[in-house]
Amino acid sequence: MEAYVFYLFAFIIIASGIAVVTMRNIFHCALMLIFCLFTVAGLYVLLSAEFLAVVQVLLYVGAVAILMIFAIMLTSRLAGREVQLSNEQTFVGGFLALVFALGIFYAVNATYFVPSDAVLGRENSLAIGKLLMTEFVLPFEVISVLLLAALIGAIIIARREGN
Amino acid sequence: MINITPLIPELFLLVMAIVVLMLDLFSSRRTVVVPAYVSMAAVIITGFLVFKFGGDAVRWGSNAIFVADSFSQFFKVIILGAAFLAIGSSFGTADRMTHHRGEFFALLLFSTVGMMFLVSAKELILLYVGLELTTIPLFVLVAYQKTNRASSEAGLKYLIIGAASSAILLYGLSLLYGYTGTTYLNEIAQKTAVYFLSHGFIPNAEGTTDLVGMGPAFSVALMMIIAGLTFKLAIVPFHMWAPDVYEGAPTPITAFLSVGSKAAGLAAIIRIFDGMLYAFSHDTMPNDSWGTMMAVLAAVTMVAGNIIAIRQTNIKRMLAYSSIAQAGYILIGVIAASKLGVASCGFYMFAYMFANMGAFAIVGLYAEKTGKKNISDFAGLSKTSPIIAALMTMFMLSLAGIPPLAGFMAKYYIFAAAIEAGYTWLVILALLMSVVSLYYYANVVRIMYMVDSDNKHHIIPSFPAGLVLALTGIGVLLFGILPQSILDMAYKTASSFIF
Repeated sequence: MEAYVFYLFAFIIIASGIAVVTMRNIFHCALMLIFCLFTVAGLYVLLSAEFLAVVQVLLYVGAVAILMIFAIMLTSRLAGREVQLSNEQTFVGGFLALVFALGIFYAVNATYFVPSDAVLGRENSLAIGKLLMTEFVLPFEVISVLLLAALIGAIIIARREGN
Repeated sequence: MINITPLIPELFLLVMAIVVLMLDLFSSRRTVVVPAYVSMAAVIITGFLVFKFGGDAVRWGSNAIFVADSFSQFFKVIILGAAFLAIGSSFGTADRMTHHRGEFFALLLFSTVGMMFLVSAKELILLYVGLELTTIPLFVLVAYQKTNRASSEAGLKYLIIGAASSAILLYGLSLLYGYTGTTYLNEIAQKTAVYFLSHGFIPNAEGTTDLVGMGPAFSVALMMIIAGLTFKLAIVPFHMWAPDVYEGAPTPITAFLSVGSKAAGLAAIIRIFDGMLYAFSHDTMPNDSWGTMMAVLAAVTMVAGNIIAIRQTNIKRMLAYSSIAQAGYILIGVIAASKLGVASCGFYMFAYMFANMGAFAIVGLYAEKTGKKNISDFAGLSKTSPIIAALMTMFMLSLAGIPPLAGFMAKYYIFAAAIEAGYTWLVILALLMSVVSLYYYANVVRIMYMVDSDNKHHIIPSFPAGLVLALTGIGVLLFGILPQSILDMAYKTASSFIF
C-alpha cells in the first residue's frame, strides 16, 4: 500500500516538475511548482519525517511559491501573457538533465546504503528541536546571520534610489 | 553551559559588522572614512583574536563541529588579510557611491565571517552554511554599482551560477551523508579510509555490517562535491563565470573574490579531500583514480587559464584568467596530499594574496583616475608614476614566479610537493605553463616601460590605497627573500590532517 502511494506521489512530482519547465504561461508554471512542492511534502509524511513535511509546506509552498506568484502578478508585463521561457539550448539542457538523472539512478541503485538504526518515533520533531538547540546550535545561529545579510543585500539591490 | 571562547574572533567580527551597519545611521552621509576605518580596525583586531583564542586543541561543540586549529588560523590570516587590503583599496570606489556606503563594508565583513566559519567547519552543515554566508553578501557586492550595466550583469551571473553550484554541492553532500550516515568530516574520512585500505575500490552491492559498502553513489557524491567547490575556486571547466564577474564587479570586490573566497574554498577542499586522497593514494590502494582525476583538472586549468589570458586586452579579464591559472597551480598542492602539499597550498595562497591584491589595487586606482581599463592604457606609466609602475612590475613578476619574489618560493614548494608525491608530469606541464604566463605578465611590464605615450596621468594614491600598496609590496618582497617563518607556520597547519 505504502509503495503504491509512493509511486503515485513520485509520478505527480515528476509530471508537475516537467510541467513547470515546459508550460507556456509563467503563472501556470508557478502553480505547477506549488503542486510539485506540495507532493514532495506528502512524500516526507510517507517517510515519517513530519517535521520536514511541515517545513516544506510552510516555507516552500507557503512562502517561496506564493512570493513568486505575487512577483508575477505585480509585474504587469508578465501576468496573463505568454512569455518566452526557453531558449535554443532546450534540447542540450534536456539531454544533460536526462543523463544526470540516469547517472544518479544507476549510482543510487547500485549502491548499498546502510540503514540507520535510529528508531522512527512520534517524537522526531522533538529530537530535531533538541539537536538544533544543542549540537547544531552554531549552524542554526549562523543561518540567522545569513538571513540578516541576505535581507540587507535584497534591500540594497531592490531599492529604487531617489535623488 | 556552552563555552563560546573558540568563537570569539568570529563573534567579534560579526558584532563589528553590525556596528558598521549602525554607524551609517549616526554619522554624516558624506563620508566614507568612518565605516571604512572601523572595518579595517575590526579586521586587524580579529586577526589578533584568532591567535589569542585559537590553537590546535581549541574546538567547539560536543563533537567538535567547529575547530580553531592552526590550519584554520593560517587560512583566517589570509582571509582577514584579503579583507583588510580590499577595504583599504575600496575608499575610492565607495566614495563615488551615492548610496549604501556603510552597507558595502558591512556586507564585506559578513562575507569574511562566513569564510572564517567555512575554514573552521569540521561538519557538513556548518560548512555549507558558512559557504552560503560567504557567497550571498558577495552576490550583492558584485552587483553594487547598480547603474552600471556590467556590474548588474556580473551580479546576476554570479547569483545564478553560484546558486547552481551550491545546489550541486548540496546534492553531493546529502548523498555523502546518506552514504556514510554522518555529517562529521572526521567520521566520514575514517569510514571511507578504513574501507579503502581494507577493501580497495570495488563497488559493493551487498554491504558489510560495520563498514560502509563502497558503491557508485559515493563516487557520484564526491564528483558533485568537487564540481560544487571548484566552481568557487574557478577551476576549468567550472570557470566560465569568473572573467565576466571579475570584469563587472567593483575592482576591490574582484580582488577580494579572487583571494578571499578562493582561500576559503581551497580550505574546504583540503579539509574534505586530503584525508581521503591520502587513503586513495596509499600504497595498499590499487587504484588512484581520484588523484589522477584532480590532476587532470589542475592540468586543464593551468593550460586553459594561461593560454586564454594571453589574448586578453582588458586588464581585469587578463587578471581573471591569470587567477584561474593560479588556482590550477594551487590544486597541485591539494593533489599531493602530504604535509608538504598542504603547507605549500597555504604558502601559495599567502604569497598570491599579496601579489593579486596589490595588482588589483593598482588596476582600481588607475581606472579611478583615468577611467581606462585596457592593458595598453598602462603605456608610459613608468614615466608619470615610477613607483606605481615598479610595484606593478613586482606584482606581475611575483604572479609569474620570478625569484626573489614570494611567488617564486610558492611555486617552488608546490612543485616540490608534487614531485614528492610522484606527479612529475604535472610539474613539467606547470613549469611550461609558467613560462607561457611570463609572456602576458611581462607584457604589462613591457607596456609600462617600453611603450611611449602622451599619457600625463600622475597617479597619487590616497593614504589607505598607499598603505595597501606598501603592505603588498613589502609582502611580495619580504616573503620571497625570507619565506621560512611563514613556511614553518604553513607546515604546522598540516598537523590537523592524518598524514
